[in-house]
Amino acid sequence: MDPNLVLLLNGIVSGLLLGGLYAAAAVGLSISFGMLDIVNIAHPAFMVLSALLVALLWSTTGLDPLLLSLLLAPVFWLLGAGLYSVYHHFFERRGDEAIQGLAFFFGVMFIIEVGLVLTLGPEQHFADAAYAATTWRLGEIDLPLRMLVPAATAMAAIGILALFLRRSFTGRAIAAVAQDREALRLLAINPTHIKRLAFGISIAFAALAGGALAVVQPMDAWSGHIFIGRVFAIVIMGGLSSLGGCVVAALAFGVVENVTATFFGPSWSPAVAFGCLLVVLAFRPQGLFGRMA
Amino acid sequence: MSETAMTALPAPAPPRRMGHASFWLATAAAAALIILALRGIGSEYAYFAATFVLQYVVLATAWNILGGYAGYVNFGAAAFFAAGAYTTVAAGKALGFGLLPCVGLAAIVGGILGFGTGLLTLRLRGAYFAIATLCLSVVLQTAVTNWSYVGGSRGAYVIRPRDVPFGFDSYGGYLCALAVVLAAVAVALARTIETSRLGLGLAALRDDEMAAEAAGVPTLRLKLIATSISGAMMAVAGAPLPYLGSYVEPNSAFGLAYAVNAIAMPLIGGTASWAGPLIGAVLLASLQQAATVTISSAANLMIVGVVLVVFVCVAPHGIIGLFRKRI
Repeated sequence: MDPNLVLLLNGIVSGLLLGGLYAAAAVGLSISFGMLDIVNIAHPAFMVLSALLVALLWSTTGLDPLLLSLLLAPVFWLLGAGLYSVYHHFFERRGDEAIQGLAFFFGVMFIIEVGLVLTLGPEQHFADAAYAATTWRLGEIDLPLRMLVPAATAMAAIGILALFLRRSFTGRAIAAVAQDREALRLLAINPTHIKRLAFGISIAFAALAGGALAVVQPMDAWSGHIFIGRVFAIVIMGGLSSLGGCVVAALAFGVVENVTATFFGPSWSPAVAFGCLLVVLAFRPQGLFGRMA
Repeated sequence: MSETAMTALPAPAPPRRMGHASFWLATAAAAALIILALRGIGSEYAYFAATFVLQYVVLATAWNILGGYAGYVNFGAAAFFAAGAYTTVAAGKALGFGLLPCVGLAAIVGGILGFGTGLLTLRLRGAYFAIATLCLSVVLQTAVTNWSYVGGSRGAYVIRPRDVPFGFDSYGGYLCALAVVLAAVAVALARTIETSRLGLGLAALRDDEMAAEAAGVPTLRLKLIATSISGAMMAVAGAPLPYLGSYVEPNSAFGLAYAVNAIAMPLIGGTASWAGPLIGAVLLASLQQAATVTISSAANLMIVGVVLVVFVCVAPHGIIGLFRKRI
């Protein structure tokens, strides 16, 4: 085969795998930003926190990193529920969420990152799973398990979340709180409880995404910054509250970024991806898959 | 009868308020006093520390014109700041400009950048504007990192000229005096905007954009003016940076510290008036300078984060808000 074509195919396939990871990161934000209307700038910082904790636990216990991130998820759920309580008490209740709420999450992000630098140091950390060195080959296309397993796990988790949101009563209440919180009160559901639960789920997803990231690449305390733009871009392109749109946008984003990196060098890939976001914001603000509110 | 009633109820005296001209004169006098006082101390470290604090006064005041008066949060302050710094590097290398023309050029570049960002995103809800500014920061940083003319990721050295202009005792002293002048102009400009029709319009759209639009406030035009002025001032704040450290590189010029400080300072001081960012910047920047010298530079970032979170939770209207409530 033509070597350029092989390069392109490989770029697309590994872009799809990368997109699976981005989807895990973006789905959590799609819940908080898209459904609950909470602009959680600190979401990527929680991912980094989880990634570094997984790396630390992996080096002491030797358990599988993805399993560790699953174990961390309930802890992060509690953390998220607590954070939402603070946010609700100080901002949402007073109606101050616009500027002060944004600044609050910005400060939380900063505290997490600097706290990580002060306790774990500025160096990179990673977790090596048992399958990390294996690569499956389909003809000319490489499928490294280091990418495939985290991406598949992420997709499975997103599938379970989608089922939960569509089938269970609580899940439907979460979808409903996005549309009309006062209507929930008529059904004798406390919207604050539902939002706290949902925000916890969003942070728990940050824990899963962080575990997956720790397998794929070494992480340091500041790695979250590059993800802020990425995940917000994906959520906006996916049309805010639609999980399906979010996954498709994440896959597209991964492919664009990876193909750019393959052909023009990795230092250009962020600019292309964010350029996409600026274009989407300017011309199709409801997202590629969203409806105008 | 009616006459006595008139005298019994005198018209309420208009609140005493300084006019624009006298405020500018007072600021100029304050600036001259500060320059003389620093000249009196005359130590290089005092010059450096004062320049550090004053560059944040400009940055915080600039942020507040859009963030405080109009209610649009700009997370990309570092992008504008670095745009100013790199304008100095590029113009100095290409055209051989000295610092002063570079400051003017930085204002133009920052203004255009602000206008463009506003044009792209200001029709949308506030949160989108915030995220777009964050992206702008990443795009610009990538562009500068890949632009080898200004040093790329290696960074660029800027040598301070040997002869010191205007009879200052050292180049540090000259930079510091420039920072004093820039800060004074920024504060006076912010106050002028605040008390003018532009400020009233911005306050109206901050409180309720739909209602302002319905009442005939040209919201989009006002927002574009505010982003342009704010962007230009942020770039001006960054223009002297290459001379201050003799070296710039993308990671530090686009550093998150600038973005978080630009937000934290006005919020801590109080966003509704020109004095808020001034108070916040002086307090927080002095605290950081002290912490850098005595503890460590990582700890001083921690201080900013914690102070920001505590203040937005406990005192949502800043230090000024705390005092207003008492009165």
